[in-house]
This record gives sequence, C-alpha cells and structure tokens, in this order.
Amino acid sequence: MRSAHEALTASRRAPLLSALGVITIAFSLFAFGLFGLVAINIRKALEQVEERVEVRAFLSDSADIEGVAAAMKDVGEFPEVQRVDYVTKEAALERARKEMGEFADVFEAGVLPASIEVHLRPGMRSPATVKSVADRIKTYSFVDDVRYGEEWVEKLYRLRNISTVAGLTLGVAFAAVAVIIIGATIRMTVLARAKEISIMRLVGATDMFIRMPFLIDGLVKGVLGGLLALLLVWITNRIVNEYFMETIFFDREMMFVGVIGGAMMGVLGSLVSVGRHLRRV
Amino acid sequence: MIRLTDVGKEYPRSGVALANVSFQVRKGEFVFLTGPSGSGKSTILRLLYMDDNPTAGEVWINGVSSKTATRSEITRLRRRIGIVFQDFRLLEDRSAEANIRFALEVTGAQKATIRSKVTRVLTHVGLASKATNFPRELSGGEQQRVAIARALVNDPFVLIADEPTGNLDERATRGVFQLLRDINASGTAVIMATHDLDLVRRSNYRTIELNHGRVVFDSAESPASARPMDEPLEIPDTPTSSADAI
Repeated sequence: MRSAHEALTASRRAPLLSALGVITIAFSLFAFGLFGLVAINIRKALEQVEERVEVRAFLSDSADIEGVAAAMKDVGEFPEVQRVDYVTKEAALERARKEMGEFADVFEAGVLPASIEVHLRPGMRSPATVKSVADRIKTYSFVDDVRYGEEWVEKLYRLRNISTVAGLTLGVAFAAVAVIIIGATIRMTVLARAKEISIMRLVGATDMFIRMPFLIDGLVKGVLGGLLALLLVWITNRIVNEYFMETIFFDREMMFVGVIGGAMMGVLGSLVSVGRHLRRV
Repeated sequence: MIRLTDVGKEYPRSGVALANVSFQVRKGEFVFLTGPSGSGKSTILRLLYMDDNPTAGEVWINGVSSKTATRSEITRLRRRIGIVFQDFRLLEDRSAEANIRFALEVTGAQKATIRSKVTRVLTHVGLASKATNFPRELSGGEQQRVAIARALVNDPFVLIADEPTGNLDERATRGVFQLLRDINASGTAVIMATHDLDLVRRSNYRTIELNHGRVVFDSAESPASARPMDEPLEIPDTPTSSADAI
C-alpha cells in the first residue's frame, strides 16, 4: 500500500519523466506488436495455402463402388486425414470446365476419371507425411494414379520453415530491443531518484522497501505502455484494412499476453535497474 | 560501543586514506574528529556507518563487526545511528516534516506514532513552526536542523556528523552546535568531524586529530593541558615528532 502510494507520488513529482517512460515502452512494444501482427498474418496466409494441400487418387474405370466406399472409410481413419471426398467423373468435368474458362469445350464427358480427394489435418501437411499418405493410397488396386503436387508441397514447407525461423529470430530481437529500451527508461527513473535511494539506505531502509515502489512503477508503466502499444497496433491494422489489404488482428488471448508481457518487462526492467543501483549504494 | 582496531583504508587510485587507526568511543561521549582536508575524517565516519569496509583492521559498532556484517545487519544498525552531513541531504521535493517522516517510514514505524514523533523532534530542534516549509524555503541553519531532526527521530545511540557546520555562518554554527550539545547531554553519543577549531577550543570535549590518515592526537590519551587551547592544532608531517611534542 505504502509502496503503491510512493510510486504514485514519485510519478506525480516527475510527470514528464513518467510520461516519457510510458511512451518509450509503448513505442518499443508497438514495434514488437507490429512485427507480431505481420507474423500472424503471414502465418494465416500460409495456413490458407496449406489448406489446399491434398492427395488426389484417380480411380480406374473398373473400380467398384463398394470397394471404393470401403477404401474411403479406411483412409478416413488414417490419423493424418481430416476428410475424404469422392469426386465423380461428372463433378470432375464440371470443375475442370469451370477452371479452364474459355477452353471449357476441350473436355468431353467421360474423359476425366473419378477420384477421391484426401484432405489432411493441420500440422500433418509436411512433404514426408503427404508422401506417406499418398504411398498408402497407391496400394489400393483400383487406384490408377496419385497426385499431390510433390514439388509444390516441398516449396511451401520450406517457405513455412523459413518464415518460422525468421519470425522467431526477429521476434527475439524485437523483444530484446524492447527489454533494453524499457530497462534504460526505468534506469532514468532510478537515477532521477538516486539521492532519495541513498538517503533511504542511510536511514536504514531495507532493499525490499526501496525496490517495491520501483517495481510497482515498472508494472504500471508496463501495463500502460502495453495498452497504448495495443491501441497503436489496432489503429495501424485498421488503416491497413481500410486502404491496403484485409488482415487479421490479435485475438483476445494474444492481446492479454501482450499487455502482461509489457507488465513483465516493466517489472523485470525495474528489478534489474534498481538491483544494479542498490549494489552500489 | 564503538571500537576501531588498527583500521586501515586504501583506495586503488588515491592510495592510503587511513593507517593503523585505533580508538574507542564510549556511550554518551562527545568526540571531535579534526584534521586538515584529506586527513581521513570522513573516511572514518563512512566506516562507522558501514558505507565502506576497512581494508585492514576492524570496526565494531554496537556489536556489529565490519568483518562479518551482513547487508541486513547494516540496515538494522543504521536505524540506530543518526547521520548528518555538511550538505544536509534533504529531499528538496518534500516539506521538513515529510523529510523526517520518511526516516520513520523506511523503518516500518506505525502510522499513529509517526506524527507525534515528528512533532516532538521538530520541536526539539526549534522548527515546529516551519514543519510544512520546503528545504528551499529554509535557511542553511534551519535545513541542518531538519537534517538533525531526521537523524534523531529514530532515537539513535550515536549521532555521526560530518562537518555539520561547514556550510553555515557563525550564528547558525553556534545554534547547530548548541543543539548537538543538548542532544549529547540527553545521552546520545556524538561524533563530529569538523574543521572549525574555534568550536573545538570553546568546548571541553574529547578531540581526536588526524593527519595523513593517522591519529596524531587523542585528548583522551593525553592530559588536557598537554595541548594549550591557544596553540595551533596544525600538525607537522611526521606523526612521531608531533607525538614527541605533545
């Protein structure tokens, strides 16, 4: 209670420094938040492409419908498989005509074989998994051919890995910059109150007593900075949505984690700054 | 109560600050620490409130040894020591009253007792009417009284004063010194580092004189008449010859 009061009083005594602290934290978290927004949108785009990863098994004309139905049930029970669809010759023709547009007339009825389309579960779309599913499907006697866009799946998978590694590296770098900036901001507050701290030590204040108001100060600045950063990212997202392209925004959990992250950075920054200072007085 | 045994202090850059300093201070005693600038007065005081550690020997204060003191023991010890500086070290952004209250709050004192204790010490130092004034609204002498009040508010067994009158005019010096005498008369030991030889001569308190980090004179160990009060206190460079002279 006393520490909270002390933290509040200190902020009121140096309003400019406090505001500067919150704004600095907000901007470093804003940069981190923008990066996060870009990262989740890239991931979302990749997921949308990945959803199109499917294994298509073309069936021979002699395939009997019961055998195919039984095979579809079997395949549907593979742990990697999300859904199995049967595409009749007619449906295949319809789809091909729609996709080819002006060349629709090229196709005649009966040219395209019937097929089953196997959709894989999210997280089960790596080249190796796709190949393994395709190989198993190939073993059915009535399956003439299996296609799954081998090269395309591999490229997509590589792109996904690159984006994950780049995302993590940049994320850590942005977070480190944010922590350093927040630490430096709080260090300014500590230095501004260095005289007070040395007097506290001289009159017999415990380290905890000295530290607490700074921790609360760091926590409050972290939360306020986090909220302000969230607002800035939200405004940016709205602008991008309005004028450039459709993007997704953080969900509620992510926003909560972001603000809590800001608070934690504030507390950690305070802990380190005050700790370093206290070791010297 | 306070004992220094063969205390030495050496700094990596500036070299020897103290060498073979030994003396004791009894309960309720008033001791002047005198000597030219750089003679080691402030260093001794810093060792007493354990802001620094000796590089040789040992400092004992109220049962706490410089060799074994933990951070929390030092914290507890400082609550029983009053410290006053030449530059007052008041927080400029709080009133006189708040500066004193601060020293009580850090010890976790009960809110109910804080107000009465603050009023009592402010009255004691003659500043009850200026409780709400900020340091910049007070004269140098008044600011030092606030600092003394802050040092007294936790009922210390010793008041350590580092040149408390160094920034004050003669009138304020007299007032502050009289206050320190009163405090001593009520049973608190006072160790006061000073340049002001007039103050030393005018009173009969024990005087420990330092030069080049060594004790060159201790009135507790020499007859009072050994150093006539009108004799200058300047000490020759070699401590041995000065001892011979005494």
